Amino acid sequence: MSFAPMRLGALWRKEWIQIWRDPASIGIGVVLPALLLLIFGYGISLDALRLPIGVVVEKPNPLTASFVAGLEQSRYFAPHPYGSIGVAEEAMSRTKVEAILWLWGDFTRRGLREGNAPLSLIVNGVDANTARLMEGYFQGVWGQWLDWEAKTSGEPILTPVDVESRIWFNPALESRHYLAPGVIVINMTLVGALLTALVIAREWERGTMEALLSTPVSVSEILWSKIGPYFVLGMGGMAVSVGMAVGLFGAPLVGSLWVLFLAAALFLLSSLGMGLVISTAFRSTFLASMVAVVATFLPAFILSGFIFDIGSMPGPIRLFTYLLAARYFVALLQTIFLAGNVWSVILPNLAALFLMAALFLGIAWRMSRRSLE
Amino acid sequence: MRHRIFGLILKELLALFRDKRSRFVVIGPPLIQLIIFGYAATFDVNRIPYASYDEENSGVSRDLLARFEGSRVFRHWGRIHSDDELAKVIDRKEVLLVIHIGRNFSRDLFASPPARMQAIVDGRNSNTAGILLGYVGQIVVDFNASWLPLHGIKPPPAVLQPRAWFNPNLESRWFIVPGLLATLTLVVSIMTVGLSVAREREAGTLDQLLVTPMTPSEIVLGKVIPGFLVAMGEVTLIFLAAVFWFRIPFVGNLLALYVGLAFYSLATIGIGLTISSVSATQQQALLGSFFFLSPAIVLSGFSTPIRNMPELVQWLTLLNPLRFALVVTRRVFLEGAGFAEVWPQFIPMALIAAGSLLGAWWVFRRRVG
Repeated sequence: MSFAPMRLGALWRKEWIQIWRDPASIGIGVVLPALLLLIFGYGISLDALRLPIGVVVEKPNPLTASFVAGLEQSRYFAPHPYGSIGVAEEAMSRTKVEAILWLWGDFTRRGLREGNAPLSLIVNGVDANTARLMEGYFQGVWGQWLDWEAKTSGEPILTPVDVESRIWFNPALESRHYLAPGVIVINMTLVGALLTALVIAREWERGTMEALLSTPVSVSEILWSKIGPYFVLGMGGMAVSVGMAVGLFGAPLVGSLWVLFLAAALFLLSSLGMGLVISTAFRSTFLASMVAVVATFLPAFILSGFIFDIGSMPGPIRLFTYLLAARYFVALLQTIFLAGNVWSVILPNLAALFLMAALFLGIAWRMSRRSLE
Repeated sequence: MRHRIFGLILKELLALFRDKRSRFVVIGPPLIQLIIFGYAATFDVNRIPYASYDEENSGVSRDLLARFEGSRVFRHWGRIHSDDELAKVIDRKEVLLVIHIGRNFSRDLFASPPARMQAIVDGRNSNTAGILLGYVGQIVVDFNASWLPLHGIKPPPAVLQPRAWFNPNLESRWFIVPGLLATLTLVVSIMTVGLSVAREREAGTLDQLLVTPMTPSEIVLGKVIPGFLVAMGEVTLIFLAAVFWFRIPFVGNLLALYVGLAFYSLATIGIGLTISSVSATQQQALLGSFFFLSPAIVLSGFSTPIRNMPELVQWLTLLNPLRFALVVTRRVFLEGAGFAEVWPQFIPMALIAAGSLLGAWWVFRRRVG
């Protein structure tokens, strides 16, 4: 295995000229990340605000009025009054409202005499996540109303135990703050795998790869010449993404920038390596890009812990996520962005990324060497 | 003429299914994705690791903590004994939640309620944090409700009785899997139909097609019909898996679902063909598909509600066929909807289909002439 800096330099120049002449790779490297970050940043939000809720009060009086007033004050709900439960149910089946609060005719009488009058809440359960969040918000409205009733009526305090919640790292629970780092992961996955899969598979398809392999250049030189320029492009995309996440979406960057970029570099190497493996294995632009999307983009979206909690997935799938570089990168970014340099989280994840990078680059090297023979 | 189109359709299907690898791409990944994502894409939380930090260790505090141990949502990780330890276990992601009960808990409970119980949550994933705080609240509400009558105190005037329509246990799989039916169909039809013209152009076979007596509209139809067959086959495959593997209840009108998804397939094929016919190379077509697919999936309501998006983006989603297809699949699957409920969704999909197919035909004709 020979390694000559002169030859590598010449190959790098060739790659750069190729990149420069083909706007597609700059498109994937820099424009795509910026565009995706905009779409995801503005498009993805799990913060439900002003949920339309139908309110049916069968016998209005001061007690029901005070509850409805509490509901109106909440920033999570936008109440719409309905005359009867039939009309409200009709509105819910036409998806005009997401939930119905139904105060029965005997609500006040039962509530004042024996207590525990039912506040009947009917939610549309199709979107289970929103429904669950809605129940949580409603619980909050109910708790505040109880406090307020207790104060104004002078009766003894009705709640024996009160929960005081402290949310670390993201006190307002703004989903954008935790999604922004996740979006960077998706970006980098795409850039790494798609870029190499597209470009290198095309070289195989056109036969220029074979032409390169028949020159005195060694396999590792070819691999490094492919990785080098795309690595630079990918890191450029990373810089754009981080700049936008912090500047545009106000994601706090608590940890250090160099740790962030070290993590990004290792991740990019592993995803470039994966792109190399895919394109060497399939050697057709169509197949390689199909596989790159299925093997990298979608898992990075769904299995990395970016949106869905890994701990809650079934056992075999949880084990499978350990094979994904994106998983480690998401953990790293969420910690570096929101919690800071927590070394006990950062070091193991960096080590895992390093192993993945070495593994994929090694496989890519072996595969291209074998195809020479 | 009918004969010629039939020949084209046959050729198109053969091209897709003859090659072992491209056959795999059409059938394998959608099924693998359905299985993996159907299981993994869940907002439900369970087995949440938590630590208990009980400074009092009295009968009441143990009683309260026992309710957390009994819940299937939480998994007891261990006990901690100091604030330093608390910071450590959360920072290191050992646990997502710490339940802290202070030294004066039972004194406060009896002498000056409310007694305070702290829930310290890792907010790095804000959605999980929000949901698990809801569960913590529920456990404490239950504790309170059983504590009051035991000590002869009048219960609060009202209690919450939530109940969910269509999805009583609020399983997010019921929401995600019907959504995957539409989403995976989109991915497959954009990727196969969308790339086919560009691939033929690159391979030079498009020129061969053009010198045959076939008209541009015949060639376009020869791409649309096989794409449509593949898409509907895909729909059937995923539908069967959703109903028989994932046991998602299907309570609506099957015909309404298929008619809706037929309009939807035509719309996605039209978009794929448009992308394909304006791009000169496969690479451009691929990039174009990507620039369409990723916003289309994110801005569709598949994983996050459209209502949460900024108003301008909400308007933009009206151009997205996936948005309407998701409403059709979810309402027919879970709410038992039929034509009467979902037909308004067909109109925008039909419009998108007509617009994009005409667009593809127009671009194609111009390129030929």
